[in-house]
Amino acid sequence: MENKVKRNLPDELMSDMKLKPFESVEVGNPEIKRIAPKVHVTTGENKVVDSLEEVIKKTLKDGMTISFHHHFRNGDFAFNKVMDLIIKLGYQNLTLAPSSLTSVMNDKVIEAIQKGVITNITSSGMRGTLGDFVSHGGLKNPVVFRSHGNRARSIEEGEIKVDVAFLGVPNSDPAGNANGQEGDAVFGSLGYALIDAQYADNVVLLTDNIIDYPNTPASIKQTQVDYVVKVDQIGDADKIGSGATRFTKDPKELKIAEMVNQVIVNSPYYKEGFSFQTGSGGAALAVTRYLRQSMINDGITASFALGGITKPTTDLLDEGLVKKIMDVQDFDKGAAASMAKNRNQQEIDASWYADPHNKGAVVNNLDVAILSALQIDTDFNVNVMTGSDGVIRGAIGGHQDAANAKMTIITAPLVRGRNATVVPSVETVVTPGDSIDVLVTERGIAINPKRKDLIEAFSKVPDLNIVDITELQQMAEKQVGVPKPLEYTDRTVALIQYRDGTIIDTIKQVKD
Amino acid sequence: MEIKTTGVAGTLESSDIQIMISKGDDGIQIDLDSEVIKAYGDQIKKVITDTLEKYGIDNAKVKAVDKGALDCVIAARTLAAAQRATETSDRPELGVLQ
Amino acid sequence: MTYIKNRLRRTMMFVPGNNPAMVKDAGIYGADSIMLDLEDAVSLTEKDAARMLVFNAIKTVDFGGAEIVVRINGQDTPFYDEDVKAMVRAGVDVIRLPKTESADMIQKLVTDIENVEKEYGVEKGSIGVMAAIESAKGVLNTPEIATATPLMMGLAVSGEDYTADMHTHRYPDGRELEFARNMVLQAARAADVYAFDTVFSNMNDTEGFYRETRYIYELGYDGKSLVNPRQIPMVNEVFNPSKEEIENAMAVQNAISEAKAKGSGVISMNGKMVDKPVVEKANRVIETAKASNLIDEEGNYIGK
Repeated sequence: MENKVKRNLPDELMSDMKLKPFESVEVGNPEIKRIAPKVHVTTGENKVVDSLEEVIKKTLKDGMTISFHHHFRNGDFAFNKVMDLIIKLGYQNLTLAPSSLTSVMNDKVIEAIQKGVITNITSSGMRGTLGDFVSHGGLKNPVVFRSHGNRARSIEEGEIKVDVAFLGVPNSDPAGNANGQEGDAVFGSLGYALIDAQYADNVVLLTDNIIDYPNTPASIKQTQVDYVVKVDQIGDADKIGSGATRFTKDPKELKIAEMVNQVIVNSPYYKEGFSFQTGSGGAALAVTRYLRQSMINDGITASFALGGITKPTTDLLDEGLVKKIMDVQDFDKGAAASMAKNRNQQEIDASWYADPHNKGAVVNNLDVAILSALQIDTDFNVNVMTGSDGVIRGAIGGHQDAANAKMTIITAPLVRGRNATVVPSVETVVTPGDSIDVLVTERGIAINPKRKDLIEAFSKVPDLNIVDITELQQMAEKQVGVPKPLEYTDRTVALIQYRDGTIIDTIKQVKD
Repeated sequence: MEIKTTGVAGTLESSDIQIMISKGDDGIQIDLDSEVIKAYGDQIKKVITDTLEKYGIDNAKVKAVDKGALDCVIAARTLAAAQRATETSDRPELGVLQ
Repeated sequence: MTYIKNRLRRTMMFVPGNNPAMVKDAGIYGADSIMLDLEDAVSLTEKDAARMLVFNAIKTVDFGGAEIVVRINGQDTPFYDEDVKAMVRAGVDVIRLPKTESADMIQKLVTDIENVEKEYGVEKGSIGVMAAIESAKGVLNTPEIATATPLMMGLAVSGEDYTADMHTHRYPDGRELEFARNMVLQAARAADVYAFDTVFSNMNDTEGFYRETRYIYELGYDGKSLVNPRQIPMVNEVFNPSKEEIENAMAVQNAISEAKAKGSGVISMNGKMVDKPVVEKANRVIETAKASNLIDEEGNYIGK
């Protein structure tokens, strides 16, 4: 069958897994029912145990679903500690359902797959050796990729039923009150893990820092926690920062960032009390810096900044240019430290952030989102999941969710090395073109033809070089030439869900 | 054109290609290493082969390490390496590039 | 591409000729002129390869409408002849001769260009030349250099080599360059060619860059040589005419149209005659204002 973004979906798999094809970015007003977790009743004054092995044996059975969060990013020690034991204990047929998978987890996941311990995966994304392994058919069942908002929805609606959540935290009291803000390995917001704490049947905290009861502010609460496991070290503080938080000196990135800022300040949304999400990465940080200067010059302040947060954004909060930060994750130490001292930096969970089946999520209130792309096509469909070689090397993250903003801007260089970024048709559709409004490249700005209002507003600004997206695509093709089409086998190795759980695209096994 | 020595041109920087040309006796044999080998491997080899043949080299071993170079860069680096290999760099044959 | 004598040349961005990544992207920053360098930026062992790369780039890369200048190697090097040949065949707009010290050197360059043009059937006079003034002798000979050929596009001060020749080095206040800057500018103006200031290489000293750019703008320079694309908007900002200058220039242009409509050869404004330099200045102001998007199509001021 073909879905609304003209992707051919494998019929058999679709019916076997009872999946629906992607229809529309409009969520509508369905009535949905949320599930409730099992509660193992206890008075629970002291849940501290030393043996992680005992906890695993008590809570986990073959065929269950386990979850983790990725707030420690590449400084994570929790995942490998738990998986080592699960592999050692010989569990089989588990479903792995973390908020995302970082490179430091790759080897362990591959080992677990090879030993039959893990047979299903759902995640926001995967990179490096694991992406390569899956793209080459290493896992029998297709991986299901979900956005952060969609993961929250899937857990709330029982599509992902977490049996045991193993959640690493930099602190906890003996009863399980914990946050991400104090200790040796702090990461700030616990946004993605809060859903697991709320809905998993068994919640196991791992920490190297047990502090006096009652621990406040409590992001994860004692009402949700079954065990607190004491470990030697929960994470490497120096590797928690995503690394992409240094201010770029690359003149091309700066040029694009400046153009993005021009788009923002000349849009109808740029006025007192507007809101934005910029994300991480060199160009995004540069946008924040340019935007800061414009806001100072124009005397405009923002009501809130959303999303993954970096130090340049918390600086805006300190300067009073941004009134509040709605914070689902922090990308660097500075942003994490800021959460501990500034009560206007509100921790939000993934559901509040972006769940489409909600009584309103923060992304619905967002004016401007700045997002990246590995590829974008002439229908404005965006790929953030597969590289130009067809191999999995990315993550949906909050991409589909934040694209709900009133104006979604994609920033990307026209070409990277010899790979065109603007292409006739993306290798994998992750975010549908219907939710993308503007593309900014160093060679010009393209506006989605559906946004006649923006076309009109921006055409009046001589500094903005507005071009048709097909023109950008041709410019890129003229530079790099026409690539030979990639070859895939018929086997589906991954499914890309849209926010509402429908299937927007599939990823096939690459042929080598 | 007779290959007299091993000729190398280009760097391993992004958007460049390093070409090493040495004596061969079985046509033009290219060993290509590239991040875009699936999409552009054939095209890269074609540009190298065309450039060498136009310059009058029919037998050579070529080792190419590509870092995402465009065709115009590949041709320029191939010619530079070829002229170094044939010890003719002082008489650049730019006609080959046209 | 063909050489155009008069055009806007506020920014001349240096790009190392042997760096494909930088050459490929040179056109995206809005430089008025791009100077692809075969000389100092290229090591002796890579001269042949850089020449081929620049040759191919000029033929295929989209430089976004910028003027393409190539700095070739000097006449005292073994690379000069092949550099000239390659750049003429590539169809460059302007060839920049380093270490120019006399009119003879420029005339030799023009003759060499003409010979290649003849050999390869390139239209005569389609390539301009410019002289880099890098020594005391060069500075003293700027009047004859500037008038050496009708194909002369302009003169550029090259501060590093010049200060070395003068037994000094560059200082933040630029007093060591005062004489050279004024001499080059006078010679350029007298010969009706362009004058370009030297590079400012400390990217961390934004304040110093602005100070130097304002200074050479006030002296009357047409443009500045740049080493980093981030300097382009800064130079343009300094060179942008004010609202008053633009309105005045519009008034001059209106007076010209009125005179034309009346069939009068005398242009007058507010009862005073408008002289040729004033008309030319008005044209330059309007051209710059248009390039910087300071006026709309009807000439209304839309700057901030």
